[in-house]
Amino acid sequence: MKKFVDLNLRLPIAKHEVRRAEELIKRSAELGYSSIGVPITTEADQSEIQDLERICNENKLDLIKRGDLKPKNVRDLLSSLRSLRRKREVIAVYCNSKSIARQAARDHRVDLISFSSADPRRRFFDSAEAELASKTSSALEIDMAPLIMLDGFPRARLISRIRREVTIAKKLNVPIVMSSGTADKYLLRKPQDYVALAYLFDLDHQTALKALSEAPLKIVERNREKLSPNYVAPGVYIVRRGRDCHGV
Amino acid sequence: MRHRYIAVKIDSEHEIEGRDLLNAVSDSLFKIFGEYGASLAELTPIDYDPRTNCAVFRCAHKALEMAKASIIAVREINRKKAAAQIIYVSGTLKALRKRLTS
Repeated sequence: MKKFVDLNLRLPIAKHEVRRAEELIKRSAELGYSSIGVPITTEADQSEIQDLERICNENKLDLIKRGDLKPKNVRDLLSSLRSLRRKREVIAVYCNSKSIARQAARDHRVDLISFSSADPRRRFFDSAEAELASKTSSALEIDMAPLIMLDGFPRARLISRIRREVTIAKKLNVPIVMSSGTADKYLLRKPQDYVALAYLFDLDHQTALKALSEAPLKIVERNREKLSPNYVAPGVYIVRRGRDCHGV
Repeated sequence: MRHRYIAVKIDSEHEIEGRDLLNAVSDSLFKIFGEYGASLAELTPIDYDPRTNCAVFRCAHKALEMAKASIIAVREINRKKAAAQIIYVSGTLKALRKRLTS
């Protein structure tokens, strides 16, 4: 059976909102997800994260700790990446300018490139961006909630923009990741429903399924491997430590 | 003309009436695909059970994807927050009902 991942469930993680977080986690489990990615800010304390982990375990969900970066400029992006990369399993960058988008696409430490859903003119995913992203295996993230939330011309503009981005991403083999991008349980949908909704921007069934399962899972597996204490460099792992090593 | 039957489950904290559900789904269809799209989809309500909040719609076989996208995009019914999920799609009403009761 396919494992589905929602890489951007915007759970409230503060202590006083545990109830709401629990409700959203339960809902995700009911809808058929096996893993959820939750943006965790640098201010979040360890006990809040542990609470989330406990609730996820109770609902048989795998919690993926995600870091969302909203840099003001390229320098800000680089310094945030330096401090956060080893602390989060997935790093997403919200690109507010072309220069940030280009830097995010060429940086190996970035997993997801996201753009504004409210203003399609601030979506900078073009062929040049895709070419850079294809070399670093950064993925294009598409939040599905705005497609449900928006109405009329803003939705039409967003759909048209995403359709163009998806065509470019497929042409240049940039992975596509679809995620909910919401904290409202009424905007959450089943993975199969998101696949059906992807019809709006001409994403075929197979690629849409991949965008909710294989593509995000690959990112998480790759990063968990790198964050493990046995990882040394690509292809190099510590297999034994201490006394076990005698005679090897 | 071939058809497809779509079973839909509505999640809402409020009671939903069949007519309101139909209005919400056809509104969504008109908003996303316009009058031309709606004419192709031929979306028709078949059944609605307010106890289980489950509904069945019929649509044209060729416009199944349009009908599905319109149903999923429903976010409120009669100005109350709601979500619609597709449970099952079938080529015949008999098969759909069999699946729903099993």
